[in-house]
Amino acid sequence: MSNKIVVKDLDLYYGEHQALKNINLKIKKNKVTALIGPSGCGKSTFLRTLNRMNDLIPGVKITGEIALDNRDIYSNDFDVVSLRKQVGMVFQRPNPFPMSIWENIAYGPKVHGVKEKKKLDELIEKSLQDAAIWEEVEDRLHKSALGLSGGQQQRLCIARLLAVQSEVLLMDEPCSALDPISTLRVEELIEELKEKYTIIIVTHNMQQAARVSDYTAFFLNGEIVEYDTTDVIFTNPKNKKTEDYITGRFG
Amino acid sequence: MNKKMQQNLAWIILWGSAFLTLGILFIIIGHILQKGLPYINWQFLLTDPEDMGRAGGIYSTIVTTIYLTFVSLLIATPIGVGGAIYLTEYTKQNFLTKIIRFGTETLAGIPSIIFGLFGFAFLVIYLNLQWSLLSGSLTVAFMILPVVIRTAEEALKTVPQSYREGSLALGASKWQTISKIILPSALPGIVTGIILSIGRIIGETAALLLTLGGALYIPQSLLDPGRTMSMHLYSLAAEVGAMDKAYATSVVLIFTIFIINISATFITKCFMKRFTG
Repeated sequence: MSNKIVVKDLDLYYGEHQALKNINLKIKKNKVTALIGPSGCGKSTFLRTLNRMNDLIPGVKITGEIALDNRDIYSNDFDVVSLRKQVGMVFQRPNPFPMSIWENIAYGPKVHGVKEKKKLDELIEKSLQDAAIWEEVEDRLHKSALGLSGGQQQRLCIARLLAVQSEVLLMDEPCSALDPISTLRVEELIEELKEKYTIIIVTHNMQQAARVSDYTAFFLNGEIVEYDTTDVIFTNPKNKKTEDYITGRFG
Repeated sequence: MNKKMQQNLAWIILWGSAFLTLGILFIIIGHILQKGLPYINWQFLLTDPEDMGRAGGIYSTIVTTIYLTFVSLLIATPIGVGGAIYLTEYTKQNFLTKIIRFGTETLAGIPSIIFGLFGFAFLVIYLNLQWSLLSGSLTVAFMILPVVIRTAEEALKTVPQSYREGSLALGASKWQTISKIILPSALPGIVTGIILSIGRIIGETAALLLTLGGALYIPQSLLDPGRTMSMHLYSLAAEVGAMDKAYATSVVLIFTIFIINISATFITKCFMKRFTG
């Protein structure tokens, strides 16, 4: 089983405060890895190091190494723009742009140089189909994306990523703003997407982690307490803290 | 005094203030409309002033007002919007940006005659641009620049951070994010600011007396002098004594400002709609 991302001795500081401590993690290709842990444990911060979204926050300092396909993403010759094309992100709240559904999906390919209308049309249909939302929006492609429901908006945001042909999908609590039915649809989607993508998902929902993921990492106070297959983490955790957390004794 | 009486007294005072505000406004506008409306006709709007404005219409001053507005916006908009983008998107909040913001706010509050004096000394005399459309436009452009920057900055700040993140996370560069997502989203707010500055340009008198000159004909080039409606109004009332024409000019000015404010409100509404779906 090949590793898509290898994290080595990663430390992250917000000013004086150390938010991530000595993170070492190997993310398997074409698998779903769940990051769980109580609020403020650093899992979202960690997720954001993987596509360098933390670069936007002033005062963040990072040491260590994150290799994507054996290339260090923090090295000077790794272009942030091409990194973010490879490693896409779905945010906690759906964030479609205030434009039509068509334009939302076309935005990514366009910024990466696809101009032909026909090619864009094909790409858009395929992305929307892959994100399991095509049938719902097919006859309203040129209407505002802001008119969609929250769950549809989130799947639209996933489709938007698929259109730039990312390899890794980072999902930061993608279902936290969604109702149970929309959540179920997104989870089904994750299941389908892992054939083509490597997915890393931050979630507060234990059942969700158990349902969708192959591997689970348990974060606590900026450290990884335990990392193993989801089966082991949820049925036979080695660490007492992990067990306490997943059984709901704290967190 | 008991609670109930306090309550009633407060109500009377507040109601009185609101009534007075509206009342005074209606009296002024009513007075001007009453005195000026009878003189408004196509001839007044479409003929040039004669005999220093005692006879004829105000055509050349309307055209000059449009010219001046256009040229000064052409100068102030790119600089102002560019500055606002730099301040909101490129700088970190620090001591320097605080000083810049404080500076623009102070500039926005400076009496326009001071801009006029600077324009007169620097543009008209030192750069030898004379009393001209260019001197006048540059002067009012300086004057509205702080307003354009402030409103553009506010508009840019209302664009949700999630749009920026969404765009960057798709691998768009910073400039693509700004030009394709942020600016279009902020555009109605920016336009509202520009429209409100048009109101200031049209109403400006003192600074333009020092920089635009006062010629009654339509400027044929950027280096020709001219006279806007407001300047003409001042001259009619204070120098020529043609009160009937002054009132009529006021009516045209009031309607112009009225239309401008309505379009600003309309655009702001579209803006709100965009973000609520």
